[in-house]
Amino acid sequence: MNQRNDSGTVKWILIVISALFLVVMLILPLLYVLITAFREGIQIYLEAVTDTYALKSIQLTLEATVLAVITNTIFGLFAAWCITKFNFGGKKIISTLIDLPLTVSPIIAGLIFVLTYGRQSALYPFLKSAHISIIYAVPGIVMATIFVTFPFISRELIPVLTAQGTDEEEAAALMGANGWTIFRRVTFPHIKWAFLYGIVLCTARAMGEFGAVSVLSGHLRGKTNTMPLYIELLYQGYDFTGAFAISSILVVMAIIILILRSVLEYRGKKNEE
Amino acid sequence: MEHKYYVEMRGVNKSFGSFQASKDINFGIEKGKLIGLLGPSGSGKTTILRMLAGLETADNGDIIIDGKVVNDVPASKRGIGFVFQSYALFRYLTVYENVAFGLKVQKWPKAKIKERVAEMLELVGLTGLEKRYPNQLSGGQRQRIAFARALAPQPQLLLLDEPFAAVDAKVRQELRSWLREMISTVGVTSIFVTHDQDEAIEVADEIIITNQGKIEQIGTPKDIYKQPVTPFVAQFIGQSSIVENFQRFAGFEHANNTATHAVVRPEYVAVTKKEEYVRYPIHTEEGVIEQTAFRGSEIELKIRVKDTVITASRLLDDKPVEVGEKVNVFIYRVYAFDDKKAYVIENDALAHPDSVII
Amino acid sequence: MKRKRRKQRVIPGFGLSLGVTVTILSLIVVIPLCSLVIFSAHLSFADFIKTVTSERVLASYKVSFLTALVASLINAVMGLILAWVLVRYQFPGKRIMDGMIEIPFALPTAVAGISLTHMTVDSGWIGSFFAKFGIHIAYTRIGITLALVFIGIPFVVRSVQPVLEKMDAQYEEAARIMGASHAYTFRRVIMPEIMPALIAGFTMAFARSLGEYGSVVFIAGNTPYYTEITPLLIMAKLQEYDYASATSIALVMLAAAFLILFINAVIQSRTSRIISGIK
Repeated sequence: MNQRNDSGTVKWILIVISALFLVVMLILPLLYVLITAFREGIQIYLEAVTDTYALKSIQLTLEATVLAVITNTIFGLFAAWCITKFNFGGKKIISTLIDLPLTVSPIIAGLIFVLTYGRQSALYPFLKSAHISIIYAVPGIVMATIFVTFPFISRELIPVLTAQGTDEEEAAALMGANGWTIFRRVTFPHIKWAFLYGIVLCTARAMGEFGAVSVLSGHLRGKTNTMPLYIELLYQGYDFTGAFAISSILVVMAIIILILRSVLEYRGKKNEE
Repeated sequence: MEHKYYVEMRGVNKSFGSFQASKDINFGIEKGKLIGLLGPSGSGKTTILRMLAGLETADNGDIIIDGKVVNDVPASKRGIGFVFQSYALFRYLTVYENVAFGLKVQKWPKAKIKERVAEMLELVGLTGLEKRYPNQLSGGQRQRIAFARALAPQPQLLLLDEPFAAVDAKVRQELRSWLREMISTVGVTSIFVTHDQDEAIEVADEIIITNQGKIEQIGTPKDIYKQPVTPFVAQFIGQSSIVENFQRFAGFEHANNTATHAVVRPEYVAVTKKEEYVRYPIHTEEGVIEQTAFRGSEIELKIRVKDTVITASRLLDDKPVEVGEKVNVFIYRVYAFDDKKAYVIENDALAHPDSVII
Repeated sequence: MKRKRRKQRVIPGFGLSLGVTVTILSLIVVIPLCSLVIFSAHLSFADFIKTVTSERVLASYKVSFLTALVASLINAVMGLILAWVLVRYQFPGKRIMDGMIEIPFALPTAVAGISLTHMTVDSGWIGSFFAKFGIHIAYTRIGITLALVFIGIPFVVRSVQPVLEKMDAQYEEAARIMGASHAYTFRRVIMPEIMPALIAGFTMAFARSLGEYGSVVFIAGNTPYYTEITPLLIMAKLQEYDYASATSIALVMLAAAFLILFINAVIQSRTSRIISGIK
């Protein structure tokens, strides 16, 4: 390690500045949610989080998150395999397109789905006659969530597989192993931790997405409100305790995610020796 | 006649984009031989190996293994064992599972797999390491496991890509003789790629020298050393210095050859101190020592002869020479070459022994 | 033998994986983006210019740009200090501190938004303190900047940290042995090494800040001309079903985002050329 004997004062001044910044900017907002959620007592808290609309919003958030994680897992695995194990034209374009959702504002992400499936779209008459509603309905929310979390898993896998190279897979293929065997026995052990790490990141972002979902939701209480949207609704209705109570669930989730994240990061590093 | 060769390439070309990695490759290899594919990096030797294995597809031409054209036979059906430069051992499988991998995918019965793996580990002398993972092995042990894994499914042809590149110098020496022995025990036709001429000369029965995508020469190590047929081979093999207008040097004035450039190898140069006995005085040049370097068993010398510096050597036990000292330099033999061909030219003193008597 | 050979791929699964990749990519990213392009093509140029240069929209660019810039500058400084402390010093609680950096990635932006707002309103924990000096945080540009500092900090830290970790201690030691002071060594030896990473982190934080919505919308108060950010304006147009205006403004934002990323790419490739010595 490269610890230097920097003069003690500079070291401690910098550490104190860092600690203060972290506590005020990052920890305080987190703690504040928990404190405010419980300030009117546990009874009110429980009422707020077991409210029918609250439960509905939790359910919708869960659904959207699970679907986003599943889709992005399937995509991430195939995309990573395709990009790292083969050479082909158009590879650069595919990589760029995968990362694109990261650079797009969530509001614009919502907007492009409105333009694709909304009533001015060429698809709209067809969707209408088939009685499929996407905009201002659950499918829109799910699609927006998938969009904003799109690169999360593939981005974790691609660097690991690139570093690993293709020799092991070629060796296995030369001996006649089929694709599934190669993936399961040879490739997957390399990406195991990165893969779980990607799922955690994807989950964190999916359950918290606000902007894109907000555009597509239509804000129908109990129907198209995810947890963050429900929080907004309560907050704007001056039900602060309610808003912070629902938020506290997300805070706990965030803490769990942070812990999982550092465990997985540690395991992943150990895995690479 | 058809089956003279076990492995053959006929008119094979291969390009990667605008880079032509193989140009009209033709060669044949007899069954049971151990062949070294030798060339500088980027000369296309690995491409040839990968095309044989089916890891790359030739643009045109034919690849023939055991009398069958295998152009369209997928890599896994060619019956080839391949040892990768990095060994490509499966990092998350044990030694046992690594060696058993090919047998398992070929659906061997369990008991036979066990037997074969034990047999292979015994062959490579690593019995008892079954439970280890590759990163718990030394470089040399990994190489042996890679070898055992490649040979386990009983391939008819074994291909090795720079098999000694990833181990350190000391182990490399040991592995070379080990590999030579092992391959003759198993009796499998083998081709290995290397950029190290000592390695090729020491290990191979026959050497194929490649340069810029073309084959320069095919022959036994001895042939290639003694009779280089192209300028490239003359320069590539041995530690050579290149001289211009070699006819200027004593003993080569009568060489009636159109070639002007020549390769001088240290082993064909005798350096003697002024006071030492000289056998062919009129065929001997005078030189000045420019540099001396200790090379373990010998002293490497850079000597200025006329206006050219050539490399030579003296044994450690010989009387020491010093920088600036005038010495006698006798060149036995040069490899003269023009654009197309290389010629062996002996010193007149040796070529026409009668002229010695003065 | 003149026929073109079908290239054999040794590792299986190329067709399948490419197929799945392209299909999902098309459904989620390409088709929606195409619809943006198609829709944009229908916009009349005059209307487009009129929308994107209207006074209120121009004011929103200014708000978004200024707050994002200030927040990212703060983050560049604080991020550098944090990365330095986390890499160079050993002290109790370091691992936890390292984990905390990711809070903004893990905490939903809406939650961060209401929490920061509620704390900084004039009657809140922090707001009441500053209110005594006549400083208002929530519902002002200061509040927006605060929210953007919150969401942007991990970008800088996570960008600089690995470079500092990898930096060869021998550089600095060499400089020290030659008698350079701490400050001089830092300025002339360390800074040039970490500059590209710092710029990359700054750029990412800036690009993210420009598009941020969730954490800002609560604290901004959304007063037109004063605290109305561009994404919010798009949202407002969408709620009025004014897709044409929403798309026009979105196109300007996208152009700005790509421009920022492009400038960063140019800077990165220039510095990497200096390091590798290729002209």
